[in-house]
Amino acid sequence: MSKTEIRKVGVTLLLLTAYGLLLTAYGILLTVSDAHAMHISEGILPFNWAALWSLLAVPFVAYGLYRLRKLSAVDLSFKPLVGLMAAVVFIISCMPIPVPTAGSCSHPCGTAISGILVGPAISILVAAVALLIQALFLAHGGLSTWGANIISMGVMGSFAGFLTFKALRSMKINLAVSGFVAGLLADWATYFTTSIELASGIKGDSAFMPLFWKILIAFIPTQLPLGILEGAMTAGMIVLLYKKRPDLLIRMKVLKAEEAV
Amino acid sequence: MKFKVRSSEFACPPHKGFGRRGVRSFLIFILLLPAFCILPPVTPAGEKWSGVDESVIEKVATEHGREAREPFINTDQGDLLLFVFLLAGAVGGFVGGYYWRALVGKRGEETQIQKKNA
Repeated sequence: MSKTEIRKVGVTLLLLTAYGLLLTAYGILLTVSDAHAMHISEGILPFNWAALWSLLAVPFVAYGLYRLRKLSAVDLSFKPLVGLMAAVVFIISCMPIPVPTAGSCSHPCGTAISGILVGPAISILVAAVALLIQALFLAHGGLSTWGANIISMGVMGSFAGFLTFKALRSMKINLAVSGFVAGLLADWATYFTTSIELASGIKGDSAFMPLFWKILIAFIPTQLPLGILEGAMTAGMIVLLYKKRPDLLIRMKVLKAEEAV
Repeated sequence: MKFKVRSSEFACPPHKGFGRRGVRSFLIFILLLPAFCILPPVTPAGEKWSGVDESVIEKVATEHGREAREPFINTDQGDLLLFVFLLAGAVGGFVGGYYWRALVGKRGEETQIQKKNA
């Protein structure tokens, strides 16, 4: 057996071990508690606020559909990339990850990587579809809060990831570092927006700012480490695609042709 | 429909293996994973390992008079939730893997999608 083959077998075994560990942890988590929905649940927001967030989400989703039709008509490899991103966002955003420093679970969003690779408009569409399936079948989020969750995870997550990545790349920052910071900020932007949505929806007669800070601070023990994890995942995926398909990154305008050499 | 760009025109040579750095990073991840899980929680929640929806969103909402409603299709009953999560993971994993292969599959082992695109 050659060195390359031994390495391949080793890596496969390691991947299987990691997958087994994650599945075990996942199974344990599902059996010890009733539900692990982490978006804003059904009925939490009053009707008027839920309607407002839904109305705000409509143009973003419509523009995402328009961009998908336009881009996939001229580039065949775009559809597999969108399919891959849809699967990534769906799995990542419904996967409860235990955070030992907080004693609770939460999930990354995956919208940073999709925002960077397929653009924020299509990333919003992908997030909307993932959130709808989760709300319908996984008791994860809600139909009335679908719009609010699209705005926080889809719109804010995608734009924060995309814009951060573009800004850092324009400053000639390394691909992995740019991906990491984009993932980190996309995650934090999502929960920052969730805090705004929740505080504005449930405040009643009380002041907005103290409630907003209370919710945001309560998110910190869980989302601080999870943001770092999301950053690492985003950087890892970009670097992996750079190694496997740099041409794809060039075409998606993630990289310039001269940078891929 | 006429396509202006074909993915095969841009296909680059397949990457050989993960490389030493990749394997080293992965090993570090594997070594750190159990240690990370063993660490005791600094701020224990009401119910251990509850989601932030319960420990933050629903808790604060209840304090302000808003309760979460039962979902329209309630799969949170017994092992049903375990089943739908497993199903969602399996389907999502399959779709992700399928498209990953379509994107980075080796030239000599063309996938169905690449054949269809050709």
